[in-house]
Amino acid sequence: MSILKGKGEKIIESSIKVVGLLSTLPVILILGYIIFTGVPSISWEFLSDVPRNGMREGGIFPAIIGSLYLTLGTIIVSVPFGILTGLFLVEYSRDNWIRRIINLTIVNLAGIPSIIYGLFGMAFFVIYMGMGASIIAGSLTLGIMCLPVIITATREALLAVPKDLREASLALGATKWETTWKVVLPSAFPGILTGVILSISRATGETAPIIFTVAAFYLPFLPESIWDQAMTLPYHLYVIATQVPNMPRANMDGTLFVLVAITVGFNLLGAFVRRRFNKLK
Amino acid sequence: MNIRKTKDQFMKHSIFGIAGFNIIIVFLIFFFVFTNSMKFFGDFPIKDFFIGRQWISLSEKYGLLPLFMGSFWVTLVALGISVPLSLVTAIYIAEYAKPKIREGLKVLIETMAALPSVVLGYIGLYVLSNPIKEFFELNTGLTALTGGILLAFMSIPTMVSISDDAIRALDKSYKEASMALGANKLETIIKIILPAAFPGVFAGIMLGFGRIMGETMTVLMVTGNAPILNSGPLSPVRTLTATIAAEMGEVVQGSTHYYALFAVGLVLFTISFATNTIADHFIHKSRKIMGK
Repeated sequence: MSILKGKGEKIIESSIKVVGLLSTLPVILILGYIIFTGVPSISWEFLSDVPRNGMREGGIFPAIIGSLYLTLGTIIVSVPFGILTGLFLVEYSRDNWIRRIINLTIVNLAGIPSIIYGLFGMAFFVIYMGMGASIIAGSLTLGIMCLPVIITATREALLAVPKDLREASLALGATKWETTWKVVLPSAFPGILTGVILSISRATGETAPIIFTVAAFYLPFLPESIWDQAMTLPYHLYVIATQVPNMPRANMDGTLFVLVAITVGFNLLGAFVRRRFNKLK
Repeated sequence: MNIRKTKDQFMKHSIFGIAGFNIIIVFLIFFFVFTNSMKFFGDFPIKDFFIGRQWISLSEKYGLLPLFMGSFWVTLVALGISVPLSLVTAIYIAEYAKPKIREGLKVLIETMAALPSVVLGYIGLYVLSNPIKEFFELNTGLTALTGGILLAFMSIPTMVSISDDAIRALDKSYKEASMALGANKLETIIKIILPAAFPGVFAGIMLGFGRIMGETMTVLMVTGNAPILNSGPLSPVRTLTATIAAEMGEVVQGSTHYYALFAVGLVLFTISFATNTIADHFIHKSRKIMGK
């Protein structure tokens, strides 16, 4: 009699079910904690005021705006670049060594630790290209970091587009680009959008790549151009949680809540787009 | 007509150019990390770096071993929690959960992946570290264990979703043949499905390992920042990643210390490159098994 039969089977199967369900408990507890402590700490003043008294009072407005600028910059860098590379892999290349090398580079870009992006961004954009710690250096660094996810999502979405659509369009006399632009891309759009949203959500929450490329410790005014340093939400949370003595708890909980609301909100939006798209199919 | 042809050609060449640019980026990342590391090895004996037992930047001692041990303990704890938990969760999601529960769990797991690492670091500092300190009666709750627990939850989404994909992508005939021979569901899962899905599951574990090794902010905030060689899961440690993040802000650009941090980066780069190449190999293997 094997342990996998009879009573043993029942016991093991119930434990699988219990562990399977419980493994998501920590995330529920963490989210619960963040909402429970965060919501009471939020006020209009907190969202719209600059930090005061060594960041212990006032709000986080410059950090919100800095994160917004940085996210926009990341989108501008990574989206066109990522989608065009995805197009190359599916529509414009044959199964040859170039495609294989590019696929391999994407796999490796995806696995590089975020702090290495930070090192590279500092050595290349900040110092070598002379951009200094600035929004543009941070956007380029985060943009490169986002590429693998966007490229992979684009590739999978394009592969799911039926061949008939392309052939019908080409048979009607459309050029390859017209087919790609007017037929293939629109039908792959939801899949690409999901990938973009998910990678942007990750970029907005990243800290390690921006410490040396853009982040300002304390800057109680807004950046004026892309060449300025900026405060950002994740770095601000890191600073007030570890570097500022006697930091009021409410201020930290509020910052935590705003950061999580933005990143998790983006993520739920991505999941929503994907589910809607899957239903339509 | 000609404008259309010209536009077509123009886009074709732009797409080729941009795709090639990806290769240049990876090359540049490697080039900058590598050349800066080489400047370090010009100043500092390479042997003392790899087998050096102390990392004290103030007295110019740049030994990798304490940092390596830090990463080792954090990774060991994290994998010890996340591998079994992810495997069971993936089996549950792929084989047992009803569609609605499955959807719900997947959303929660994706949300787990979306939590920024600085958020987990904050939870570690202000929620997790005190219970750990009290429970093990330690001087501080900032230990390798604290970091490992948080990183386990950070790597679970990667492991679960890739294992789940690998299990679900298996051809139905495997399961049906096993059931037809009289095996029950559990026997089928353990003796047939898991071995057949192994390459995909293993790839998931490797990618999870990569995330754990490369994670920076959480370990920087909760593992105590102590580069000590004689460490264990319950002592404060300092990982490879945290060392770069903690010290890069203070170094003089162009100093030996500055280049030393790039050398640590090169070690990390090499580990992640090896991890990803192995994972990629197993993903291809599992796609072959699924006949895709």
